[in-house]
Amino acid sequence: MKVAMTEYLRIDLKSEKWECRVCDHEIAPARGNYKEGLLVHDRDPREIHPPIIDPDKYRFTFSPDPEWVRILEYCCPSCGTQVETEYAVPGHPPLYDMEVDLEALKAQWAARGEAAAPYAGPAVVRDEGHGH
Amino acid sequence: MNDMSIAGRGKLPSAEEAALVKKFLNDTTLFLGPDPEIMQNHDLMPRTADEDEAIAKVADSHIIAKIRDRIQAGCDEGYEMVEQMGAAPGAKWGDVITGVYSASGDLAIASAGGVLIFSALVHHPIKFIIKNWINDPTVGVREGDGFIHNDSRYGNVHNTDQSMILPIFHKGRLVCWVASTVHEGENGAIEPGGMPSMAESPSDEGLKMSPFKVVENYQIKRDILTFLQNSVREPKLQYEDMKVKLFACLRIKQRIEETLNTDGPEALVSTLRLTMENVRAEVKRRISEWPDMTVRTYIIQDSTLRENCVVKINCKLTKTGDRLIFDFRGSAPEFTNRATNTIVAGLKGMLAQVFLCYVWPDLPRGQAAFAPIEVITDPHSIVNCSYDAPNSQSLMSIFTGFTAGQHAVAKFLYSCPEKFTKVHAPTFNMINTFVWGGVSQHGETLGNLCADLNGMGAGATVDRDGEHALAPIFATMADIGEQELNEEEVPFLQLVSKKMTRDAIAPGKYRGGQGYTMMVATKDSEQWGFMTVCQGAKIPPLQGLFGGYACGCYPLSKVKGVDVYDVLLNTPEKFKHSIEEIMNEQPFEGASYTTHHMGMGFEISKRGELFMISQGAGAGYGDLLERDPRGVIKDIEEGLISPAVAARTYKVAFDPETLAIDEKATEEARAAERKARIARSRPYSEFVKDWSKPTPPTHLQYFGAWGDDVETLYMGSPEKTRDAEVPRPNYMPHPKDVRIAELEARLAAVGAMGGEKQ
Repeated sequence: MKVAMTEYLRIDLKSEKWECRVCDHEIAPARGNYKEGLLVHDRDPREIHPPIIDPDKYRFTFSPDPEWVRILEYCCPSCGTQVETEYAVPGHPPLYDMEVDLEALKAQWAARGEAAAPYAGPAVVRDEGHGH
Repeated sequence: MNDMSIAGRGKLPSAEEAALVKKFLNDTTLFLGPDPEIMQNHDLMPRTADEDEAIAKVADSHIIAKIRDRIQAGCDEGYEMVEQMGAAPGAKWGDVITGVYSASGDLAIASAGGVLIFSALVHHPIKFIIKNWINDPTVGVREGDGFIHNDSRYGNVHNTDQSMILPIFHKGRLVCWVASTVHEGENGAIEPGGMPSMAESPSDEGLKMSPFKVVENYQIKRDILTFLQNSVREPKLQYEDMKVKLFACLRIKQRIEETLNTDGPEALVSTLRLTMENVRAEVKRRISEWPDMTVRTYIIQDSTLRENCVVKINCKLTKTGDRLIFDFRGSAPEFTNRATNTIVAGLKGMLAQVFLCYVWPDLPRGQAAFAPIEVITDPHSIVNCSYDAPNSQSLMSIFTGFTAGQHAVAKFLYSCPEKFTKVHAPTFNMINTFVWGGVSQHGETLGNLCADLNGMGAGATVDRDGEHALAPIFATMADIGEQELNEEEVPFLQLVSKKMTRDAIAPGKYRGGQGYTMMVATKDSEQWGFMTVCQGAKIPPLQGLFGGYACGCYPLSKVKGVDVYDVLLNTPEKFKHSIEEIMNEQPFEGASYTTHHMGMGFEISKRGELFMISQGAGAGYGDLLERDPRGVIKDIEEGLISPAVAARTYKVAFDPETLAIDEKATEEARAAERKARIARSRPYSEFVKDWSKPTPPTHLQYFGAWGDDVETLYMGSPEKTRDAEVPRPNYMPHPKDVRIAELEARLAAVGAMGGEKQ
């Protein structure tokens, strides 16, 4: 059984691996940090959040200060999908952000049965009004 | 007070002796400060004998539901009264709430609209009243009494919020409490508006009302009222809103009495108790559906509002079975002389909003939804500050704490089949607005703020863009008010208001909702000024979700040496409607154009000077290369993003004239970008070897734990630390002293100090 854990990651309960949901690439052991199987890029935040006012004239420009914060971009080594981002203080060790108790996950899904596609959550729908 | 451990020389006191010592200490208490027994506990009080008896008599779920709806309607009625009649600007846009509390003080039912966190934190002062005043012969709690409160150290978000609390009796027996809370704003603090960023100690924070009696026989005591009016800058507002809150409480009391008359006190008591117990049990059931996991995240505050520095809010969220534990250890140490600290109850109240506003909005609003969730912090930290620390800008820490919680919770929810809302990237979390004060065009002394803080951009969800300027994270049902109505009472205009700030984006497969530009200029007063109280001019205060990006940064821009009203009268074509144009084109000759972080202390403004800020965007969700190109073009058409930034960021190819999408070229550009990502990125293990450092960088003043080691808290430099468990003073120098020292060093370096004696 495979359980979708994020938009782009799933855990194969049998093989005990993190997998890419876009290209099925096997990323890393599910008992560990999925980031260890991804590629990382240290992004200058000004490339994503462009200065709105002239950086030659002003100290603050609407862009993050690249000496104060960086964006760590994690992508799948196989398909290049950007799996996660992390706004990090320069030099701060990346976070082990999802540490899953695999045995508990197996037990939970064994009780639930086959994993369905993840449910997006309730939609806001137009009221049909009274029918009688 | 808490039980004390009494150590003797090898002899422990007997139970009788310990009781005697406790009685002695109680009888001779010199000061009833905030009670840790009350303030550290957010769970429900134990069921009382009265509640047991009531539940034994009335437990039919239909009766309970009927009565709950009646009480809920009563709370909503009280809420409407305060919103319609309240004088505080906050009251008019819904910074208000009413609630009914059990006889033990727990919040059972709150109004459907308004700021839930207010009432979720009023159980503390009620419990203080119960513990200290009921049996005190000099105070007492009787029918017709009303108590006032605002000191956050006794329970509250911050001291702008004032509560009116009434005990409700039935045939001489206390059956419940009602309370009404409003963000009143002005409270006589060192700066107008009630939320001073300049406060360096609690003594700078203005009126500090521990819970005390201000109403007897349903009448406000005039002597105390006069004292309170004398203590604030808006004496008329103080009186009017005390009356409004009192009458709202009396209306809810009337509705409760109607229920008491038709169904009896047991039905009421049972309804309040079972509502809370059922919600608590349901929350534990819902948590048990999440995966067992630990999620780690952190949010960075980039200032204390006085100076830029790096302040960590560290969050580890662990779910095991039906337990959910927020662990904020490793967050920054408390600042001894900065106002951004929060008491831990404020943090808990805000975390409750994650659940009641964004995860389980179907649950009855009350204290129970957060009751079973656990919170751990370091002592004397920025999220659990001491009695002596200022906390008038606690919003900075409870909002970033909220975002850490919202970010972490999303990672639990994705795989959970049972959902009550959609998985949600963090919503913007700063109160980007103008706080103002001075003497109005009508000669009134005022101090308050614009409702624009309520227009925070929403985070994107699993299948939809975030909505623009939607709602504040603390009140999904609040309003942003009518600026034009406000302008009748204040001597400034918002020359640009509610215009989306172009390119201030949070990209993703689904982008975050954006924020709008605000430009203000004083017009009809020589004694008027503004302040701003936000972080995020150097580091975004959010994280993105599942490959999406956070928002960018939001500075303050000023234009001085201009009277923009003269410009509008004589050369209106020079006025521009965006910060981008005004700051880049500098259209007013001779004016000065400057940028600043968003912690502007109160500053008197001259007629026609421009102060310009922007509301923020919620975070994006998912890989931006998956964004539907049509959504990108729509954003261009709506002025949210410029064509050049859209093409560069989203890799969409389109005709610059017609905006027609070139599907094939877009597909190719995106495929090329995916390859480019792989080419420029490095395997994790290689990357961390270069990237990760053992201590914070020396060029930043860094506060909090570094990496996984939460035992050591950094205090501004790699050399200065404290043991997380052992508090140390953490003073910041005055920013002007820092600047003077810098300038003097430069003068000394060029030998220009002129032989000044030292």
